[in-house]
Amino acid sequence: MFDAILENRLLAAILVVIAVPIVLVGYIYLVEFVVGLFRRTTAGRIRPWLWLAPALVFLGVFLVYPTIATVIRSFQNRRGDQFVGLENYQWFFTQNDTLIALRNNVIWVIFLPLLVVGIGLLVAVLVDRVRFEGAAKTVIFLPMAISFVAAGVIWRFMYELDPKIGTLNATLNAVGAEPRAWLVEQPQNNFFLIIVGVWLLTGFAMVILSAGLKGISTELLEAARVDGANEVQVFRRIVLPLLMPTIAVIATTIIIYALKTFDVVYTMTNGNFNTDVIANTMYQMLFNNGQPGRSAAIAVILFVAIVPVMIVNIRRFQEQEAVR
Amino acid sequence: MTQAQAPVAIGAQVETRRRARPRLGGIAVNTVLIILMILWAIPAIGLLVASFRTAAATNASGWWTAFTPPWEFTIENYEYVLGRAGIDQAFINSFVITIPATVLVVMIAAFAAYAFAWMEFPGRNILFVIVVGLLVVPLQVTLIPVLNFFRDFTPAGIKINGTFLAVWLAHTGYGLPFAVYLLRNYFGSLPKEVFESAAIDGAAPGTAFFRLALPMSVPALASLIIFQFLWVWNDLLVALVYLGPVPQNHPLSVVLANLTTSFGGGWQFLTAAAFVSMVVPIIVFLSLQRYFVRGITGGAVKG
Amino acid sequence: MANRTGRWVRLWVLLAVAAIAVAACSSGGESAAPGGESAAPPASAPAGESAAPGGSPAAGGEFNCENIGGEVSVVGSWTGAEQDSFLAMVAPWEECSGATVNYTGSRDLAAQLTTGIASGTLPDVAGLPGPGLMKEWYDQGALKPLSFVDFATYEANTPPGFAAAGKASDGQLLGIFTKAAVKGLIYYNKANWQGGDPATWDELNTTARGAVSGDEKQWCIGVESGAASGWPGTDWVEDIVLRQAGPDVYDAWVAGEQKWTSPEIKAAFETFGDAVANAYGGSNYIVTTNFGKAANPMFADPPGCLLHHQASFITDFFKNEAGAQDGDFDFFVMPDINPEFSGAITTAGDLFGMFNDTPQAQSLINYLLTAEAQQIWVERGGFISMNKNVPADVYPDDTSRRSAEILAGASSAKFDASDLMPNAMNQAFFEAIVAFVQNPGDIDSILSNLDNVQADAYGG
Repeated sequence: MFDAILENRLLAAILVVIAVPIVLVGYIYLVEFVVGLFRRTTAGRIRPWLWLAPALVFLGVFLVYPTIATVIRSFQNRRGDQFVGLENYQWFFTQNDTLIALRNNVIWVIFLPLLVVGIGLLVAVLVDRVRFEGAAKTVIFLPMAISFVAAGVIWRFMYELDPKIGTLNATLNAVGAEPRAWLVEQPQNNFFLIIVGVWLLTGFAMVILSAGLKGISTELLEAARVDGANEVQVFRRIVLPLLMPTIAVIATTIIIYALKTFDVVYTMTNGNFNTDVIANTMYQMLFNNGQPGRSAAIAVILFVAIVPVMIVNIRRFQEQEAVR
Repeated sequence: MTQAQAPVAIGAQVETRRRARPRLGGIAVNTVLIILMILWAIPAIGLLVASFRTAAATNASGWWTAFTPPWEFTIENYEYVLGRAGIDQAFINSFVITIPATVLVVMIAAFAAYAFAWMEFPGRNILFVIVVGLLVVPLQVTLIPVLNFFRDFTPAGIKINGTFLAVWLAHTGYGLPFAVYLLRNYFGSLPKEVFESAAIDGAAPGTAFFRLALPMSVPALASLIIFQFLWVWNDLLVALVYLGPVPQNHPLSVVLANLTTSFGGGWQFLTAAAFVSMVVPIIVFLSLQRYFVRGITGGAVKG
Repeated sequence: MANRTGRWVRLWVLLAVAAIAVAACSSGGESAAPGGESAAPPASAPAGESAAPGGSPAAGGEFNCENIGGEVSVVGSWTGAEQDSFLAMVAPWEECSGATVNYTGSRDLAAQLTTGIASGTLPDVAGLPGPGLMKEWYDQGALKPLSFVDFATYEANTPPGFAAAGKASDGQLLGIFTKAAVKGLIYYNKANWQGGDPATWDELNTTARGAVSGDEKQWCIGVESGAASGWPGTDWVEDIVLRQAGPDVYDAWVAGEQKWTSPEIKAAFETFGDAVANAYGGSNYIVTTNFGKAANPMFADPPGCLLHHQASFITDFFKNEAGAQDGDFDFFVMPDINPEFSGAITTAGDLFGMFNDTPQAQSLINYLLTAEAQQIWVERGGFISMNKNVPADVYPDDTSRRSAEILAGASSAKFDASDLMPNAMNQAFFEAIVAFVQNPGDIDSILSNLDNVQADAYGG
């Protein structure tokens, strides 16, 4: 029986890798064939929906449906058998702990995207002009590939109090300074947690910005240089504007990551020393404290928190299309 | 991108990036990069050194002292990790989970992104922003509703929960918002004239997609593949929850997370496990690096 | 144009080839699969023999293993070396029953089982994160009663109080204990401690404070433990409450009927605070030092501290983290504080319950209760058996043998208080310990905050 499962699994995996692309490509050609049977205007109206359909089905099942369920759940009591109005929200906004978590999330949302996008952009732009591009990118990318548990192990040694084994305190020791309790001293301990996030995520920003950078035509840059622009001007007048859409993608993604940041805090301090974040509270409420209603309310607060970011995105798209 | 653009004779691209550049600030550029590389490498080197030492040694002296005598290196952490029962099976399972989950996301997202970028329909921007907004949905709150759904919804009598199919589908669903976002952004920055002239030449949108949009977006597709592969490869939660208690199906990440005892004893094995697990994503990254080449977009924004 | 398409196609071919390569690899490896799997009898084995559930209902006594075949899935918190020992423990059962154990270790039982209940893909047998969730899952109908276990025999073989702790409010048995930990033990490095076994807390403090000199401190304490940071301090406070205020206060406190701001609990925190004030490294060190490494200064030269309060499992950490050897260290039980409440000890244990009532699950649970099964893990080390019939001489070292003897001989054993509290209370207790170690002066606000949590967590 075990053998049968194993064989089926491999068969299925091969089938998925080979057959799924064929099926999906076939789907698009089928859509085009069917759409071709209609008049031009009708065709233009139904085509986009058929192209979107596979994605919308997946998003509907795995994200939209649970989101609706979560919104409903957030108005219910802990057992989920009674509506309690805004009680769960009231709880969130009246607890000292959750308000501290909220404050910390604001710190994360400001500094994580700033540092990740800033350093990622710096690296992406600079590696373009050195010989060791591959090596530099690999080093910056490496943390992304390290499993989170292992990253937790090493960062605890980085921030270890004992200067014999704590890397940062050993450095302080070497210059004659007193060792610091990096994760305890408030409020800067939040920044030291954010640094772990920056270490992890800069590779992400760098790779995607680098891909965007490669899309900018060399001829355009050369033309500007021939016209006498210096490197800084070329960057500010040409590279940066052309890269702006990609920067916006990264910034939006990292802002959202910062809003629901969880792993770093969960493994490094579990919210002690006033470093809690709301996603950690959400997780505790859901799986440990048997309070799914409160957990859902926190999730809904996250949904609301990104509305401004999304409005900025809509504006940007409208501008992009206006000039296109 | 308002300058006159013309579709370029695709395929006539020449590798141009290694030509001489202005050396302005060359030393400064090198210095900044090398400093950043060192900063980023320090924790990773610390981890690498720890993976070759016993826990007692790592606790007694900093990793930087390991390079001086007495050398106390050991490979017992790696022996332990690679000797775990079922690790070879788990390695295969990781591929079985990751490759289909990556293929599905990239293709489905590309269709949707193309529709968002180059097709006109009412409510397009709003719908797109909702898709991107779904990035904020925490994975944890989706688990119970989705699992309940698949418990009651068994098409043709197939139980989806507890199978590889469930993991493939779940990773696809969770990966789509970012994938659509990234690809739509890249597709949207391709020159309009390319698609207009293709339409004038009588090419159907399907043809324009496969023959123009995809080939011109290889750097974006490559970066998407890198990250989707990486996220699925390192994922622990989705695998555990959707596969259920069937150890024969568990990926490498699950086996490696369980190296320590319930009290956290034996953490030194995690350091070795990190490098064992990292090998494949790094190979994927390095092999897709070569698609990050200037000029693939065919001088898309040529003046 | 062909060039472009070619690039994209090549990318796809690359992925496809990788998948095929993997497939090829694994079908090669398949023949090398462990014999246990292929040796399993056909699935058509009498899984339907529900008339005669697997194994005879002789919990902890004579176990008759019947050949029933099939499979049983198990999820437990035991990982790493513990997972190996568990699999060794069930290997004889797999042999005689012909059934296969599919074990999954989990670092987060609560999340794993909560989602498992939602998905309907539950393990047959599972470790349970605590009595609170156990009862909730039973009320939902997910957890099945263990009515096939011979409760009288099980109770007789187990230290007092444990067997009943696994029962629901309606009297049904839901969880069984196999592995125990004896808490409130005070370990020392034999080379440095000459104080013998002090009879009272005061004697201990007098002797220890007279023995330390220079930078050396009385206690080694470290309460960092990732997501559960603070728990070593909760053990401290629990041991003090039991010895200082007595078992009645302890029970009321567990049940949520004793206020945290009451004089008894506050006094316990203060006694703990006294130990913290006499501990190595200072408060920042204590809150950032992992409990597993906390005793390292005890084995250093010169030693940083003299004594370490911890449960019986800690000896593995002495060896792994500090490089100590069996025989370098020993322990005594935490002495009485108030002579009125003499002789009680605190303990903890891992609960196991059943989600799918199958013959294999029943047989496995009955097997796990036997002394023969538990002896296997005892011999491998790191296991204090709940079953009194496991002979003392099979323990591999002196410290674990003495722990087992203390457990078996205890007149009154109290289960770990924080583990019995609702999860929200437990978590708040952990966090309160961290806050208290940092700022002992904030004790009143910390305790009143715990009172608020108590009011919230015990309610419906």
